Amino acid sequence: MKKIVVVDYGMGNLRSVAQALRAVAPEADIVISGEAAAIENADRLVLPGQGAMRDCMKSLREAGIEEALRRAAASKPLLGVCIGEQMLFGESEEGGEGLNLLPGKIVRFRLDGQLQEDGSRFKVPQMGWNQVRQTSPHPIWQGIADDAYFYFVHSYHVQPEQSAHSIGETVYGASFCCAVARDNIVATQFHPEKSAAAGLQLYKNFVHWNP
Amino acid sequence: MLAKRIIPCLDVTNGRVVKGVNFTELRDAGDPVEIARRYDEQGADELTFLDITASSDNRGLILDIIEAVASQVFIPLTVGGGVREVGDVRRLLNAGADKISLNTSAVSNPQLVHDASQKHGSQCIIVAIDAKQVAPGKWEVFTHGGRKATGLDAVEWARKMEAMGAGELLLTSMDRDGTKSGFDLELTRAVSDAVSVPVIASGGVGGLQDLADGIIKGRADAVLAASIFHYGQHTVQEAKRFMAQQGIPMRLA
Repeated sequence: MKKIVVVDYGMGNLRSVAQALRAVAPEADIVISGEAAAIENADRLVLPGQGAMRDCMKSLREAGIEEALRRAAASKPLLGVCIGEQMLFGESEEGGEGLNLLPGKIVRFRLDGQLQEDGSRFKVPQMGWNQVRQTSPHPIWQGIADDAYFYFVHSYHVQPEQSAHSIGETVYGASFCCAVARDNIVATQFHPEKSAAAGLQLYKNFVHWNP
Repeated sequence: MLAKRIIPCLDVTNGRVVKGVNFTELRDAGDPVEIARRYDEQGADELTFLDITASSDNRGLILDIIEAVASQVFIPLTVGGGVREVGDVRRLLNAGADKISLNTSAVSNPQLVHDASQKHGSQCIIVAIDAKQVAPGKWEVFTHGGRKATGLDAVEWARKMEAMGAGELLLTSMDRDGTKSGFDLELTRAVSDAVSVPVIASGGVGGLQDLADGIIKGRADAVLAASIFHYGQHTVQEAKRFMAQQGIPMRLA
């Protein structure tokens, strides 16, 4: 039986992630855990995150699981979600530094003074459903239409150094990277666990992904 | 393109969904989980649960309802009513809520908005503003389910709540709520133009054109409605198609 660990370090909507995984992989053993041993025994991992990245990194360190997570990220399929995606990168304009598993930084939307087509202001956080352009093929996109809608809630987004690491883009004022992948790692800025059928399909793809 | 959202609102009291007129005369509208599942299937973009008697009756939280709904629907859930401290926010988030709406407690303790957004991120802290027109172009904030005047100006209050860390505002016109005469578009526009966070228009939807007007004329980022969906007058899908035909970006299932 596959053991999937949703990494718990006290930040983020873990239940929603676990419930989405249970809905698409009833045969798998889905565990929410903040124990290094559980992370080491996992077949695959989901790293969620909510709030400020600096706080997320601090909690991760205080939970004593940073090293276990780094080791797991070297070989096991790992899905980062929202701040869990941002934490894979380096320095953030919000303050703090991530795990530096992927080269790049985290920047805030720069939309001050820009107006939307209807003359209204761009709101930050970007909150709601936006379309994801699949800029690069990846098993995680299987069965999901190009330009499908996913649910976003964020004021910051990643800026990968290497364009090869970006597999999805979304337009909000300007185009930004909303999904990244490298070897056994894949991550999204949007919340697949809150993105209805398209999101559940993405979790299903992750569960069956063998990088 | 970021889609505008349709948010069916489930007013909950005693574990049932109800619908009132001007915050009184409550009528039963059904089981929360059943209704949530139906809206999810129709393509609702989010769901909002308001425990409408929690503050006035000093009742606890609706954790079990949220847990039950969150296990079956995979769209964002907002919960409001009876949230008094940061610990309440954490419990509701842990039960499966994505966003927590503060209303009465934001007025009595604005620091709570700051503390909760610092702790959990502003993306999950909504401030609900119930406003009543008091003069041309002037609206006052009310609390306790619309029973208590605060003396606060609604537009200034919206700005203050944004500064305190609210990630979104849920703006209800008490004059229009339950009347089916459309949103207070002037109020919606005044608040939406005054802040940089998303604004949800609420109160008064009687038909599909009202929803479209809330976005186009009120410049809301999302529209919230209850009775037109609860009683089967329209499905969420019909509403979305109608709005898309008027050029509004919508997520069509």
